[in-house]
Amino acid sequence: MASIWRYANPRKFIETTDRVLPWVSTAALAALVAGLAWGFFFTPDDYRQGSTVKIIYLHVPAALMAINIWIMMLVASLVWIVRRHHVSALAARAAAPVGAVMTVIALVTGAIWGQPMWGTWWAWDPRLTSFLILFLFYLGYMALWAAIENDDTAADLTSVLCLVGSVFALLSRYAVNFWNQGLHQGASLSLDKEEHVADVFYYPLLLCIAGFVLLFIALVFLRTQTEIRARRMRALQARERLG
Amino acid sequence: MMMPELGKYAGAVLSSYAVAIGLIVALIVVSVLRARRVKRDLEEVENRGRGNGTH
Repeated sequence: MASIWRYANPRKFIETTDRVLPWVSTAALAALVAGLAWGFFFTPDDYRQGSTVKIIYLHVPAALMAINIWIMMLVASLVWIVRRHHVSALAARAAAPVGAVMTVIALVTGAIWGQPMWGTWWAWDPRLTSFLILFLFYLGYMALWAAIENDDTAADLTSVLCLVGSVFALLSRYAVNFWNQGLHQGASLSLDKEEHVADVFYYPLLLCIAGFVLLFIALVFLRTQTEIRARRMRALQARERLG
Repeated sequence: MMMPELGKYAGAVLSSYAVAIGLIVALIVVSVLRARRVKRDLEEVENRGRGNGTH
């Protein structure tokens, strides 16, 4: 277990992720192309939802990632708070824009899907509303990082914000169960075969989810490397200014 | 691959794919471009520092 902390060394993190990044990126591209092509071209229409069921291959993975990226940011923030490893704070910072984009994809594809199925683009439904609040938390988190000059102070304050926002990340996941009302359906993915979507949609959906997860890993590796380099550059420039 | 028959929901399905894929591609492009720029800028700062002995 102690060995995991070796990667808290920025140089070690960059060396390791440099080696892994091409493989993860290739696997992400392959899974995304295969999953989306399978879902779009080779699955039938749903008997009730028609061809709109094909939106599931974007909407569900994006929504899953929106929630789980915030949870990853929470774990990284807790590591920062407890152990003061800069790489973990920078990884949380690197993940936020990816999470924000995933939240936008989930909201937009949900609205486009909802219009023909529910007859409205938007409703103040528990899940939709908690997702909108989660998106606002992503924006606030990124704005807070950008607004504070001192990296350590920014990491401290954004970590606290991340803790608070976790309530909404969890609410987004369980809103349908907490309030048994609203338009949004229950879980599309479940270990209970009676509950989850039919197998013909389920397997390409799993492949798309794998693609989104791999894409997230690749982007976080790349973006964390960038944040590490940007932090070092700021430190060197500050040293230059001091003479 | 043949384009599937999307019927009356073609607009909804195609616009969902266009928005989502567009956003993902934009995110990848922005991330890669910033990674390259920051890497290049850091090398410049490090080289400058080696030259004047501050790093």
